[in-house]
Amino acid sequence: MFLLEISYLIGSITFIVGLKMLSSPDSARKGNIYAAIGMGIAILATILFHEKDGHSIGNIPWILGAMAIGTVIGWLMAMKVKMTAMPQMVSFFNGMGGACAAIIALVEFHGHGSASHDWGFLLIVFLGLAIGSVSFSGSIIAHGKLDGWINDTRGSWMKIVNLIMLAAVLAMVVGEVLAPGTFGPNAIWILLVISLLYGITFVLPIGGADMPVVISLLNSFTGMAAAFGGFLYGNAVMLTGGILVGSAGTILTVLMCQAMNRSLLNVIIGSFGGGGAAAGGGADGEQVAKEISLTDAAILCAYANKVVIVPGYGLAVAQAQHVCHEFEKALEGRGVDVSFAIHPVAGRMPGHMNVLLAEADVPYPKLVEMEDANPQLPNTDVLIVVGANDVVNPAAEDDPSSPIYGMPVIQAWNAKNVIVMKRSMKPGYAGIQNQLFFHPKTKMLFGDAKDSLQNLVSELKNL
Amino acid sequence: MDSLATFFLENQHMIYIVILSVFLGIEVISNVPAILHTPLMSGANAIHGVVIIGAIIVMGHAAQDDYLALSLGFLAVVLGTLNVVGGFVVTNRMLEMFKKKK
Repeated sequence: MFLLEISYLIGSITFIVGLKMLSSPDSARKGNIYAAIGMGIAILATILFHEKDGHSIGNIPWILGAMAIGTVIGWLMAMKVKMTAMPQMVSFFNGMGGACAAIIALVEFHGHGSASHDWGFLLIVFLGLAIGSVSFSGSIIAHGKLDGWINDTRGSWMKIVNLIMLAAVLAMVVGEVLAPGTFGPNAIWILLVISLLYGITFVLPIGGADMPVVISLLNSFTGMAAAFGGFLYGNAVMLTGGILVGSAGTILTVLMCQAMNRSLLNVIIGSFGGGGAAAGGGADGEQVAKEISLTDAAILCAYANKVVIVPGYGLAVAQAQHVCHEFEKALEGRGVDVSFAIHPVAGRMPGHMNVLLAEADVPYPKLVEMEDANPQLPNTDVLIVVGANDVVNPAAEDDPSSPIYGMPVIQAWNAKNVIVMKRSMKPGYAGIQNQLFFHPKTKMLFGDAKDSLQNLVSELKNL
Repeated sequence: MDSLATFFLENQHMIYIVILSVFLGIEVISNVPAILHTPLMSGANAIHGVVIIGAIIVMGHAAQDDYLALSLGFLAVVLGTLNVVGGFVVTNRMLEMFKKKK
């Protein structure tokens, strides 16, 4: 018992220290490894020393077998996934944790017999089941949307469906806790189904711009579900680990909402875009964007003093991070000052661009965050938008009817020249037109971002 | 009201852990640069894989003839392991890219 508790204490400390170290670039990798070691110790100690009513852990071959299966699959998936697909991978693993928590609640409820539960136990089991299930189905939908096999479902009716589903989940939890049996003997299965459905309807209408928030929120949900498991077993390491992730995840979610100037409630019950977006797109059909040739673009950059690159999801899709770095080096070879302006929600997850560019060996000091980048833009000769759209949309500042109005953006239009690399004139993920493309300073360079950058690099060499 | 008081007294220590952990979680990540948001989220994702301990307990104390508990427990251990192993490996792969190049 002593060894078990001391292992749990070590586990809890490594989680706290690990999270802390993950908050700084120099120690992040070690932090992750410490937390993993702590997890290993806690798991091993559970198998070896856990006792309930005098019985130690049984079925060990089965447990080890299950862990072997999970390890092989998890390892292979994590090693094979492309850097661009990281966000949906995190979402998937998060869903697995949620499902695990939900299953624990189900089994515990049945193990104790259906009657004679005190309300504390019922509350923990029902909340653990509901939150775990929502996290599972929601994460799978988020994975599908980021992976492209599930499309956005928009419409105001979704809001009503969502509110009804949420009310149903809450009503069942409260009803069953206050008066067990209110919803009949199969209440727990009904709750399971409703919660799974709510997870689906909760994430389906949410557009790409909000996906980071949703994944972070679901992450903290799973943390809470794990903590309910800890409460159930009086297990300190599950409790600390779960609550830490629950609270840290919630704060991260709130920070992201603030970055987009939206409230969490608005993200949860409202869907991004909606009616206004479609109307905005049609009215501007007459405008014509100016194109720029490769050679002109190369010359413009080569003779600039300061070039700022604004990357977006298009960079990830085109896998253009390496060639983007080559382009940066080619310009620096000519004495041009090059930096990257990173919008906090560019890409599909906060920090997505940082991870991609770091993969291509772009040094951190080159990555400038939005608040620091904006004041420098009036002194910038050329700003190059690579596959970004909504994060450089002036409508966020000057069009109160726009769905993204109020979201802080990179003020690309303040730069002396703007080159936009884009495959077509299609609107971005939020589904709204971007006036930046028709701005007098803006020139469009159509084509795949990777090809365009590659061609620019060769043009630069020929100059 | 009595049951509320009993619940509180019985679970006093855990309630303290919860409250303190909430503040600790907020404090620990409050100074994170945006550059580390994705790896941090991924690392936190791996840490909540600690739920696997619950799955091991379910499986380890399931009676030999309780097939519902055994099969669900087995599934839970597989899923929990996926969360832990996949979570830490993905985080490590992301952070490998932040390594200082010589």
